[in-house]
Formats: sequence, structure tokens, C-alpha cells
Amino acid sequence: MAHYETILPKLYEILQPHGQEGQTLSEETELVADLNLDSLKVMELLLELEERFDISIPLNIVSDVRTIGDFARQIEQLMEHK
Amino acid sequence: MALLKKFRQLADARKSLAMMSEDPFRVTIERLLSPTEAVVNGRPVILAGTNNYLGLTFDPQCIEAAAHAVREQGTGTTGSRMANGNFIGHLALERELAEFYGRRWCDVFSTGYLANLGVISALAGPGDVILIDADCHASIYDGCRMSGAEVIRFRHNDTADLHKRLTRLGKRCPNALIIAEGLYSMLGDRAALVEIAALKREHGAYLLLDEAHSLGVLGERGRGRSEEAGVEDSVDFIVGTFSKSLGATGGFCVSDHPVMELVRYASRPYIFTASLCPSVVASTRAALLRLRTEPELRLKLWTNAQRLYDSLKDLGFRLGPEPSPIIAVRFGQAEDTIAFWNGLFRQDVYVNMILPPATPDGGSLLRCSVSAAHTPDQIDRICQSFASVKVALES
Repeated sequence: MAHYETILPKLYEILQPHGQEGQTLSEETELVADLNLDSLKVMELLLELEERFDISIPLNIVSDVRTIGDFARQIEQLMEHK
Repeated sequence: MALLKKFRQLADARKSLAMMSEDPFRVTIERLLSPTEAVVNGRPVILAGTNNYLGLTFDPQCIEAAAHAVREQGTGTTGSRMANGNFIGHLALERELAEFYGRRWCDVFSTGYLANLGVISALAGPGDVILIDADCHASIYDGCRMSGAEVIRFRHNDTADLHKRLTRLGKRCPNALIIAEGLYSMLGDRAALVEIAALKREHGAYLLLDEAHSLGVLGERGRGRSEEAGVEDSVDFIVGTFSKSLGATGGFCVSDHPVMELVRYASRPYIFTASLCPSVVASTRAALLRLRTEPELRLKLWTNAQRLYDSLKDLGFRLGPEPSPIIAVRFGQAEDTIAFWNGLFRQDVYVNMILPPATPDGGSLLRCSVSAAHTPDQIDRICQSFASVKVALES
């Protein structure tokens, strides 16, 4: 069972290429405001996360995800219901 | 001020587009000369972006049927069927569509967009799951959102990915609705429907197929991709539109499930929209009859499609994966696409320009749609224009 604390480092690893050089990612880093992810990039990111965690991520949750921490919490919940 | 701030980005994008070129999104057709030619900016232009696959918009029988209906029944219904009642033509059209597809039930909607919105939002709800092909049309995405169901995308035409996601759902599969399109509107490729239908049966899910671009285009009788693939029995719901092969506007859904008759009562986009006006119903019925009785229209369409696809391929363009009446010419950068669109437009050829995020892979494309009404000469002139614009932009 993956927990929030173990999901976060994996998210940082996947999202680091989207950050600017030297940018430190944290739970509070915002996907749109800080990483400039547009809707297409968010969709690509979903596919990558689904592969990594072997889950299907419903599109419905996207509107509730603002920060990396939000994403980790949503993934944790989806993993619990696997 | 804050409310309207969100439009700033859009305004900037539109301004930069206008500075580069003629605005492709504001082309005004001043006069139509035929299904494939119109006067734009005072000049005759070949129309190669209309979805008018069978070229029936100027069909004398369709026009006469529409004109007769206007004279007999007036210009509009001025309300919904629930509130104002059915016109006899609505019921006849539903009966004829059901018969055409060999299905028990048919509901007609006021547009194709509303058909997807109305059917999907009525069929699925909270607690259900919808699995949609990633390349599905915006109307399908919007219908999913309106339903309140859980929405999961599978990779475009990737049946291994769909299988994986259905397996993850396990016992929830009887509550799952798979949605795909017969012919995808951007790249013109067919659904991997034989495999999708097999997965649907294996997992006990439901399957809805949008045949908007494949009605009248695919299948021996023109019933679409499900007929062509030989899996009509496995497709629970077929959605389609009157605004392409049938040359009008409107949408429908056919099914053998008796709930289809109840969908009307549960579908807000059906209940709260003015019904199709009599002229549209009449021309659609006439066009459906032409589609059913004149398979040569489909043959002509495919001859034209193959001619354009082969010629553009020979010219070295990167195209969609297979020949079809939708031919996507793919470009990397939006700027190149805009420049090419303008080059074609200056040579009096009109195609659709599609920029991200409306494109499947984040690239840009020029989308040609072929008609049975195009002459071989028009197809050749379209190709010649593509060739000369390519040379001009590469030099």
C-alpha cells in the first residue's frame, strides 16, 4: 500500500522536468501557476502517473487538484480503493 | 473586471493570429455556388472542409422536401417536444432511422452535440463509470461531465489499455459505459471496433458508438463503422448527426434497449431545447432516403478520398494513418500551419485549420474533408494548391 509520504517523492521525480532550472518542488507547488502545466500537459501527466501507480485516474478529480500535495492525496485514495 | 479577466489570454491569441493572417475562424461565405464551391471575399473558393460527405446540401429532392415543409408547417416549432408536442415529422424520422439501423428505438435531438450530451448524461450517473477514447469529440467529454459519472480515458484506439482499465474496474463493469467514435474527426482513422466490442462482451460493460462521421461513409448500407466491422449486435447505443452526410442539422440515438424510450424523460438537453424545425426534419428524411437508395454516392466519396489521400502522400505530406474522407495534413508548429492555411486560402482553397488543444497529439493540422460532390478536377486543384504552397514556403 502506497502512502502519501511514499507517493510524494515519485511525484517530484515525474514533475521535476517540468520545473525551471533550480526550482525546488514541494507539496505546495502549484501545477498551473508554478509549473505552467497546460491542459494537454496535465493529460500527459495523468497517463504517466497511471502507468507508474497502476491505477486509473478519473478526469473528475483534476479540477480538485491544485498542488502536488493535492495530487498525492488523490493518488493515495485511489490506491486504497484498488 | 475580475470576471472578464479570463478573456485576456484569448484576446491576445486572437490578435496575434489576426496579425499573421486572414482570420481562419472568421471566414465569411458570401454566396454558395454548390456543395463544394462558394464565394468568399468576392472570389470563388473550393470548399474542402465542410463534412458534406455525400454532397446532399443542394440535392433537389432534399430542398423540395424542406421547402414544402416550411410552406405547410411553418419555419419552426417554437418549443420543446415535451412542452409543445411532437410534429408528425419528428416521429416519422425516428421511425425511419430505427428501421434503417434495424433497432427498436430512436430518439432525435436538436443537434449532434446535444445528442451526445443528452444520451450520455441520461445513461450514466453518479456511481457509474464511463471509459472514453482519448480522441473523442468535445460533445462526448461534455456529456460525461454532465452525467456526474466517474470518467476514465483510455489511450486512443489502444485496446490493451482499455482491457487493463476494465480489469481494474472488476465488479463495477456492469456499471461501465465504453464510448468510442466510428471514424475519428481529426485524423480520420477508424475505431478498433472488433477488439473494443470483444472487450465489451468479455467484461460485461455497455458500448456507445458515435457514428457522426461514419454514417453514410462506412458499411455496405452506410450504417457506419459498426456495420463495416460486423459488430452491430455488440453496440448498445449508436449516436449520430444529421449535419454531415445528411446535409442538415440535428442528432439521434438508436438502440434496442427499451430504456431508450425513457431517455427522453431523463435528458435535460432533450427536454429543454426547441425541437428540430419542420424543414430540417423533412430534408433529413429525404437525405436518408438518398443515402439508403444510392450507394454510388458512397463509392464516389471514397474514390475522391483515395485520390486526394494518395496525391497528398505522393507530395510528401505527413497524413493521418489511413485514407478516409477526413484527411489530416499534419504540421509541427502552429505558425507553419497558419502560413500554409493562408497560402491555400489565397489560392482559393478552403480547409479547416486545427490548432492545439483541439488536436490529438498537441501538434497542428489542416483538415480536409472530401465530398462525393467534388469533381476530379476540384480534387486535383486542391492537390496542386498544396504542392505550390509547399514549394513557396520551403523556398
